[in-house]
Amino acid sequence: MAKTLYEKVWDDHIVVATEGEAPIIYVDRHLVHEVTSPQAFSGLQVAGRKMRAPEKTFATMDHNTSTTSASLDALSIMARTQVQTLERNCKEFGVRLYDIHHKNQGIVHVIGPELGITLPGTVIVCGDSHTATHGAFGALAFGIGTSEVEHVMATQTLRQLKAKTMKIEVRGHAADGITAKDIVLAIIGKIGMDGGTGYVVEFCGAAIESLTMEGRMTVCNMAIEMGAKAGMIAPDATTAEYLKGREFSPKGDNWDQAVAAWEELKTDTDAVFDATVTLEAANIAPQLTWGTNPGQVVAIDQLVPNPIDASNPTVRSSIEKALAYVDLSAGTLMTDVDINKVFIGSCTNSRIEDLRAAAVHAKGRQVAQGVTAIVVPGSGLVKEQAEAEGLDKIFLDAGFEWRLPGCSMCLAMNDDKLEAGDRCASTSNRNFEGRQGRGSRTHLVSPAMAAAAAIAGHFVDIRKPY
Amino acid sequence: MQPFIAHTGLAVIIDSANIDTDQIIPKQFLSKVTRDGFGIHLFHDWRYLDDAGDQPNPDFSLNKPRYKGASVLVSQENFGCGSSREHAPWALADFGFKAIIAPSFADIFYGNSINNGLLPVKLTAAEVDQLIAEIEAQPGAEVNVDLQALTVTSPSGAVFSFQIAGSARHNLLNGLDAIGLTLAQSEAITTYEASLPAWRV
Repeated sequence: MAKTLYEKVWDDHIVVATEGEAPIIYVDRHLVHEVTSPQAFSGLQVAGRKMRAPEKTFATMDHNTSTTSASLDALSIMARTQVQTLERNCKEFGVRLYDIHHKNQGIVHVIGPELGITLPGTVIVCGDSHTATHGAFGALAFGIGTSEVEHVMATQTLRQLKAKTMKIEVRGHAADGITAKDIVLAIIGKIGMDGGTGYVVEFCGAAIESLTMEGRMTVCNMAIEMGAKAGMIAPDATTAEYLKGREFSPKGDNWDQAVAAWEELKTDTDAVFDATVTLEAANIAPQLTWGTNPGQVVAIDQLVPNPIDASNPTVRSSIEKALAYVDLSAGTLMTDVDINKVFIGSCTNSRIEDLRAAAVHAKGRQVAQGVTAIVVPGSGLVKEQAEAEGLDKIFLDAGFEWRLPGCSMCLAMNDDKLEAGDRCASTSNRNFEGRQGRGSRTHLVSPAMAAAAAIAGHFVDIRKPY
Repeated sequence: MQPFIAHTGLAVIIDSANIDTDQIIPKQFLSKVTRDGFGIHLFHDWRYLDDAGDQPNPDFSLNKPRYKGASVLVSQENFGCGSSREHAPWALADFGFKAIIAPSFADIFYGNSINNGLLPVKLTAAEVDQLIAEIEAQPGAEVNVDLQALTVTSPSGAVFSFQIAGSARHNLLNGLDAIGLTLAQSEAITTYEASLPAWRV
């Protein structure tokens, strides 16, 4: 029977399928961080259970670490306790840990791929919803809760129900300056923040295939922002090229066997999806969110929507509530919206390509008066690479701050947070109320759009001189 | 896990769509290393006027005297979207909720709730709207949720049916420990592991 990419990976991972029960599927790699793991480790301890495969588990510290100091003293008492608890647990259970002093430390969804932990055709889970990122490699990767983290630790498996399948095809080629972030925001704008609920989405089409691995990760990262269980992109030569020679990638004969296996990982031509969505890449302009969820998005040359145009009362009330929170009026041109904070970073957009794209706009210019802009590389390796290319100097000369790796202002668990009333151009993934700080407003954009907004002090259409 | 068989309790309404887990439990409360004590911070930014949580917001439904002691939460579509933080169902359960009723839920939140014995109930949008109207009209209104019968009974006695995966229902009704059940399949896992190609080991 013809199968989709998801169905192939799913079928490959079934350990036990009993009638009337959720199938048990195997987990190849488990990524762990400090915030969602302590209760799982303690659950094992209380029950006297061992970890089944600590060698398939990789831990890092990212959510609440400081981006100004690689010292535990820079953390609040509770954050420090959480970080130290992870250290203790990893030692006790024999889990590899990239702590804040390690050169490989970074955002869990940045380091997994760059260390070659993320491989096509594997199942990867993490107690973090943006685990969807790893689907860019043709892995089935999804976020789980802490009870499931404990289940994986104890059994290296999960009990999961099979999701429905959705194909999202982005046809043709995007215009110059249109990035993966614009593509995925346009998709979410089209299907809504819950349009993917219950589905595993496969992204395909020429505009997806022509993306680099960094771009593909940006797209899959935000699969969760359309409600999808996971996002996947079929592996190809770009995928293999990216993975070859990385620390945990297969080597020698294993590499050849892996590449041969990955070549089978594509949706069969006559496979049937439960739902199909199609976009034309040429129609995608730079995107930005105006409201309080990632589906509330417009193109840079569009206006803030009017609630009276809403399709139903629930949507109307959501728009009204969002407009009140973000303090924008219907009909405002997005290029007229001033910002005072800029965040370039997060598991969505903190990889080398993202920093290069931002640096193009920062180079030789100055951050606008009254604007604070921070750049937070996704990992120690990204930071090192950026510094080797002189990007740090470009940012610093332009008045941006150059920080240490971590999740930072994406969720604002550390000191990097917005104040009430702040308006931020952010390359992160969620613009929920209070996400970056109580009473603050977040507009999601690409790295280029964020850097340009920092220079101009308001959103600009990067396709034109500004 | 405590079994969930049926529950009757005071129902409270939060009549908004897309309530995300950042609202249910904001990030500043995620630094604990235990599962308990999150209820006091539930819906913090909506529930309190100040950052310290000393000044309740009188306009927020959970603070209204008529809803004190509520154990059933009725809300709108896509409840629990966003972050995978299990702190969200921990906070809801710690506050005293036993069941959440909405037209739809985000996938991760839905699974996390079941794993904590907090029952997520999907009704149609029209049924949720009727439930909300009845609860609003009748202070003290109680709602019954019956996992054996797979029904919700409104304050006026209207009965709505709902569906849930058979495996989830079985585990909830019996308060089963999923890890214990899977550990009983260790042999199958070992067999599966032995079949892995070298590059995936």
